Amino acid sequence: MTRRCEETIVRIYPDDEMKTPMHMSMGQEAVAVGVCRALGNNGDVVASYRSHATYLAQTEDHGSFFGELHGRVNGTADGKSGSMHLADIPKGMLGSTGIVAAGIPVAVGAAFANKQNSPGRIAAAFFGDGATDEGVFWESLNVSCAMGLPMMFVCEDNDLAVHTRKSHRQGFNSLVEVVKKYRCSVYEDDTNDVESIYAMTRSAIAQIIAMGTPAFLNVKTYRYLEPCGTTMDSDAPYRRAEEDAYWKGRDCVALQRARLLANGLAEKDVVAVENEINAAILASVAAAKAAAHPTPQQLYYGVFYEAP
Amino acid sequence: MRRLSFAEAIRECLFQEMERDPSVIVYGIGVPDFKGIFGTTVGLGEKFGPQRCFDTPLSEDIMTGFALGAALKGLRPVHIHIRTDFLLLAMNQLVNMISCHNYMTGGHTPVPIVIRAIIGRGWGQGAQHSKSLFNYFTHIPGLKVVAPATPRDGKGLLAAAIRDNNPVVFLEHRWLHWIEDDVPEESYETPIGVAQTLREGSDLTIVATSWMVIEAVHAAKILAGVGINVEVIDPRTLAPMDMAPIIASVKKTGRLLIADYDWLNSGLSAEIAADVGVACFGRLKQPIERVGFAPTPCPTVRTLENHFYPNAETIVRMAEKMLQRAPMDLSGVDFFSHERRFRGPL
Repeated sequence: MTRRCEETIVRIYPDDEMKTPMHMSMGQEAVAVGVCRALGNNGDVVASYRSHATYLAQTEDHGSFFGELHGRVNGTADGKSGSMHLADIPKGMLGSTGIVAAGIPVAVGAAFANKQNSPGRIAAAFFGDGATDEGVFWESLNVSCAMGLPMMFVCEDNDLAVHTRKSHRQGFNSLVEVVKKYRCSVYEDDTNDVESIYAMTRSAIAQIIAMGTPAFLNVKTYRYLEPCGTTMDSDAPYRRAEEDAYWKGRDCVALQRARLLANGLAEKDVVAVENEINAAILASVAAAKAAAHPTPQQLYYGVFYEAP
Repeated sequence: MRRLSFAEAIRECLFQEMERDPSVIVYGIGVPDFKGIFGTTVGLGEKFGPQRCFDTPLSEDIMTGFALGAALKGLRPVHIHIRTDFLLLAMNQLVNMISCHNYMTGGHTPVPIVIRAIIGRGWGQGAQHSKSLFNYFTHIPGLKVVAPATPRDGKGLLAAAIRDNNPVVFLEHRWLHWIEDDVPEESYETPIGVAQTLREGSDLTIVATSWMVIEAVHAAKILAGVGINVEVIDPRTLAPMDMAPIIASVKKTGRLLIADYDWLNSGLSAEIAADVGVACFGRLKQPIERVGFAPTPCPTVRTLENHFYPNAETIVRMAEKMLQRAPMDLSGVDFFSHERRFRGPL
């Protein structure tokens, strides 16, 4: 569903009805889907600006998603916030942020509250490997480990901060080896397989609950599109042809589709599900386009809290 | 009514709020230690336990975003900084995250966070331990900013801040902690966004912030001795500012002096002056004047520190200038200092 939503964005973005920067998840969806499925209804998540997959995996709500991207009142924030600030707090989607690494502390605070008020509930921060260059990532890791919080760090490791690789940014050889020195459990995945990531996350959740300490998940992944925008930039100078081919040859959606068929599902049944998803997405896009933009008065609404 | 110091009033408020509402948590660097932020948090850790009152790593940035996450999950965090200067390490979380989270999520998200920070002159605190930075916070939509100047307002405004569903920056001058005054024993709220007229007068309106309220009242008493009647207004809340009583007062007196405990350039005093200039155009008998910090970093040495900070004498001299009076002899007058403490009541 996440992939189909973003394919729809790629198709209709040139219509210029969605006037919001797009940081696309395409290629990386297995991380959000695997982790959020493993958390089930018992998790709170905070996403980075590359928030689409996390939002859709956590909420399964592409109606509000397309409403927000279109700047309409049926969006997550009455259409006022766009792609970088998707949130649905009752569903445990606490927020997304345009400042690299700034959402991680929010998840730590949620983990603290959950430890007191909702035992067994986990808070997860999603961030890219670029966020680990920021000081607040290390502060957050330290605080979570020092306080023993039910906190999950999910590093979507695509090796790139915009166009710059880890090797140019890091003064150490392995983030995972550094993090292992902290009082937390560390997990790694390099499969791009949603079921593998799901199983790893279930293990991490069990460990967090049993040990009362955080978990750090480093999941290698690959971003198909440009850092911001909807263009496939495979020919850009920072890309490597063999790497591009390697990751697209193990596309997470294709992997899971092949598994469903191998497990005995008929092609026509898979197609039927895909058609159902596509039709629902088109209905969400139509509903968004039919909804109103916020009124000029709504500019001033919500600076301070308003009772619902 | 019994007397409490400002510091005791703050501490009593924290006790009462934590007792009243189990979702209130209080934390920050040094908060549960034996000194307890000028005594304002002493005993909280012992009474409420380490889950509700705790020390933190020296990590202002994470611990500010932490407040947002905790607030979104139903807690009411009070995060304390022993110097406002240290808050600069957390401005990303405050300005980019906390101030706009409600707006960015549709307007119905409670973000009940209090950021309590100590401002101002101590005993040679120098350039990195003494700032006010009022305008850093008042500039940002979505933040409320309060700066009480009396023990009674300190207790009532802190209670109101903790119960508010918005982020509130609560700024208190360390010299205020010594002031004693009548403070009601029971819990109460002083409403955010309501100014208070401390002294009525017909010749000149002085709007003063935080510690300058003490200096302005002192100056008003001195000026009364030579027949100058000064009206002193304490906004108490810096954002949103309650302009109506200020404007009404200036329409009455025709003269406005703003005594801000901060730098003047691009400051809160300029904002007040601009609003009054619009509202009272044609009613002003004199140009609006301001006193505040010297436009320099704060020096540590006392001889220069005395020139850096305005006090009652600065206010008296400016008032005399505005009223075309000759400077009076102030040689016998005692002014407040770290050693000659103002202990109240106001």
